[in-house]
Amino acid sequence: MAIEGVVETSQYLTFTLDEEVYALDIKQVREVLDFTEITKVPRMPGFMRGVINLRGGVVPVVDLRLKFGLTKTEKKVDTCIIIMELTLDGETTRIGALADSVREVLNLEPDQIEPAPKLGMRLKTDFIKGMGKKNDEFIIILDIDKIFSSDELSIALENEESSYSPGQANETDDDQALRI
Amino acid sequence: MDDQRKAFKEEAYELLTELETSLLELEENPEDKDQIGRVFRAMHTIKGSGAMFGFDEIADFTHNVETVFDRVRSGQISVTRTLVNLTLSARDHIKALLDASDTEDTVDDSQAKMIIDGLQELLASSESDNADDITINEQHPSVEILTTYRIRFTPYPEIFSTGTNPLLLLNELKELGECTIVAHTENIPPLEELRPESCYIYWDIILTTDKDKNAIKDVFIFVEDDSVITIEAVAEEDGFGMTEGGHDKLGEILMKRGELSGENLEKALKSQKRIGEILVNEKLASKTAVKAALAEQSQVKKRIEQRTDLSSASSIRVPAEKLDQLVDLVGELVTVQARLSQKAVNQSDPDLVSIAEEVETLTSGLRDNAMGIRMLQIGTTFATFRRLVRDLSNELGKNIELTTQGGETELDKTVIERLKDPLVHIIRNSIDHGIELPETRRQSGKPETGTIHLSAVHSGAHVLINIRDDGKGLDPDLILKKAIEKGLVQGDEDLTEKEIQSLLFAPGFSTAEKVTDLSGRGVGMDVVKKSIESLRGSIELDSKKGQGTSINLKLPLTLVIIDGLLVKIGAGFFVLPLSSVEECVELPKETEVMKNGRHILNVRGEIVPYIQLRTEYGIRETRPAIEQVVIMDVNGKRVGFVVDHVIGGHQTVIKNLSKAFKDVEDISGATILGDGTVALIIDVNKIVKS
Repeated sequence: MAIEGVVETSQYLTFTLDEEVYALDIKQVREVLDFTEITKVPRMPGFMRGVINLRGGVVPVVDLRLKFGLTKTEKKVDTCIIIMELTLDGETTRIGALADSVREVLNLEPDQIEPAPKLGMRLKTDFIKGMGKKNDEFIIILDIDKIFSSDELSIALENEESSYSPGQANETDDDQALRI
Repeated sequence: MDDQRKAFKEEAYELLTELETSLLELEENPEDKDQIGRVFRAMHTIKGSGAMFGFDEIADFTHNVETVFDRVRSGQISVTRTLVNLTLSARDHIKALLDASDTEDTVDDSQAKMIIDGLQELLASSESDNADDITINEQHPSVEILTTYRIRFTPYPEIFSTGTNPLLLLNELKELGECTIVAHTENIPPLEELRPESCYIYWDIILTTDKDKNAIKDVFIFVEDDSVITIEAVAEEDGFGMTEGGHDKLGEILMKRGELSGENLEKALKSQKRIGEILVNEKLASKTAVKAALAEQSQVKKRIEQRTDLSSASSIRVPAEKLDQLVDLVGELVTVQARLSQKAVNQSDPDLVSIAEEVETLTSGLRDNAMGIRMLQIGTTFATFRRLVRDLSNELGKNIELTTQGGETELDKTVIERLKDPLVHIIRNSIDHGIELPETRRQSGKPETGTIHLSAVHSGAHVLINIRDDGKGLDPDLILKKAIEKGLVQGDEDLTEKEIQSLLFAPGFSTAEKVTDLSGRGVGMDVVKKSIESLRGSIELDSKKGQGTSINLKLPLTLVIIDGLLVKIGAGFFVLPLSSVEECVELPKETEVMKNGRHILNVRGEIVPYIQLRTEYGIRETRPAIEQVVIMDVNGKRVGFVVDHVIGGHQTVIKNLSKAFKDVEDISGATILGDGTVALIIDVNKIVKS
């Protein structure tokens, strides 16, 4: 069964996070970079890893593993940053996403894509545009605009703050009391 | 064609702005011929080019106004308030027509009809009492044509006996225009033969003036019967052609033909005496005659130079986006240059270092230049407020005068554009809530006309703008009452007057008893404050009840590049705005140990609170043995920021952080360092607040 919004053959960039295969609509991908030094921005949730210098521009980088509830991305040989272009609050911005490895560009026919199952998924079904099937392998097609909607970024921030580890929380409280 | 239409529109908008200024000026000085001329020319240009580029409606309408101003110019209609009002609304109508020209909108015709009818009435009334006006007409030839005259004045020897002082005549000539006078004294006899009551001197006068020959003759009216006076107009080409010439000089022709080498020519020229010297030596002309001729030559030359200056100092029109691109590129260049400098230092190759330094000088020159191009004078913005003040004060029945100062102060284009709305808001507040009605003002012993004073001045990397009125000022009790009502404060706090005044900037605060058309629509000073802060500026308010209010804005010159102080905390680099850094000190170890629950530093006996940026930003790397404190001026208070190392000054090209970081308030942007790493720019005001 074809799902809404996917009516013609599209190309997808597939990549892996923790052995699982994900895909992004190629139209939203600008380029793939090697892992470079990331500058952390204070007071941001852990999955916002920081910013990188992309030929003179400052681009934020998101750790999709943390976002999806996996462990933090560690730097390995295949670790990449996928630079995507998306619209945030009506403004076109570039955002980088960390991936364990980038695989290939894939053609998927509309009939190869199915809606995401409601159950048995680790991530919010909102984030998933559909499930692709190729050679008996399931590919999770992500809805990048949903993942990086500004609401999603803010909610994540709140959650992150409340789930601060006790040790850190104490330290912060302590400091706040001391500060004038 | 579209480009030309666009160019016309741009030009027309500019003319309309100029027109407004001229009209307001005219209202104050109705006799000002210059301004009348300016209004006429603006109308004339709009009409002419409007018709040329197919804006027929505008051309037709403007024609009516132009006709009236033609009469004003010739003195048949005098400048009245009605005329200024009509012309101002005509200006607004033209603007509306321009605005609508590219859209489907149509502009209300009734307005145009009303204006035209009003103008026709003025025309009709002027025709009825035309008779007296014709004389005025003749007296004021409005077009300025400067002519240079060669005048020789040889008074008759007995001129003194009639009580005439020739010097007074010469002074009178000087008043007519730019004037060079050479006295010929060669006729003065030796002392024993000299008769003191006779005049032996005659004068050559070179006069550049906009008056005609008759005006010069008038000067000599009492002496012309007996004295010899010659007045000739000097054709400017005469003097010019003789000296510089459109044709080659003899030497040059010979050189071009290869019959004379440059060296020989120079030798020959050196041995050649100046024509003046030759003439004097040969006794063909007197020394003073030569001097007079030279004076004439130099004056004519000067006029021509001025004229070429005028035509060459013209400007070119460049689309704003191109400038933005230029500034972006310069920003990139500064980044690359920083990288080059760093590399050069690391390589320790003296040649490379010197090249890098040269590039640095050039880049900073280029940067200043590119920034300079984007700078606009704030005066144009000030000028638009005059109309605002005029219209609003009329509406409210108040007498308000707007005075401005420092209109030539330059600010970045973007800053000026985004500054306009907050300023309008502040001025509206002053008009609406600040300045009292004339009656009230008289009772409280103030002049009936209230004043709003706008001034701008440079101060380092900032521009200070002050808006001051002499109205009723702020009533602290009223503000406090309102603040308690709105639940902004409890009422039991002990607030200073300054703190109470700052409540005005709290969101949702508006003290107006009743909501008027002008202000008090819920958006208050908090919006003003936000817009100023978004420009990296600050706002301060000072008011005395009954005496007026003064608002100070502090704005950066530019939004693109700042001078920063680069510091390091853990592995991360941060930039603090250098303009507010006061000093850097070491953080004494013992302070940290005996903190007694307070973060306070003793700097030469002065108590300075400090903030540990490390804990503030949750940086967990180990602390260095010695930490540094950067002491900064934050809203007039000294606050220390503890960092690991102070690295040094850094030309910081500000890059906006992505929308993804919109929740981070105390980081105002990022910049890229020489080695490509990203450094974050700290907003010290925000961090102190949080």
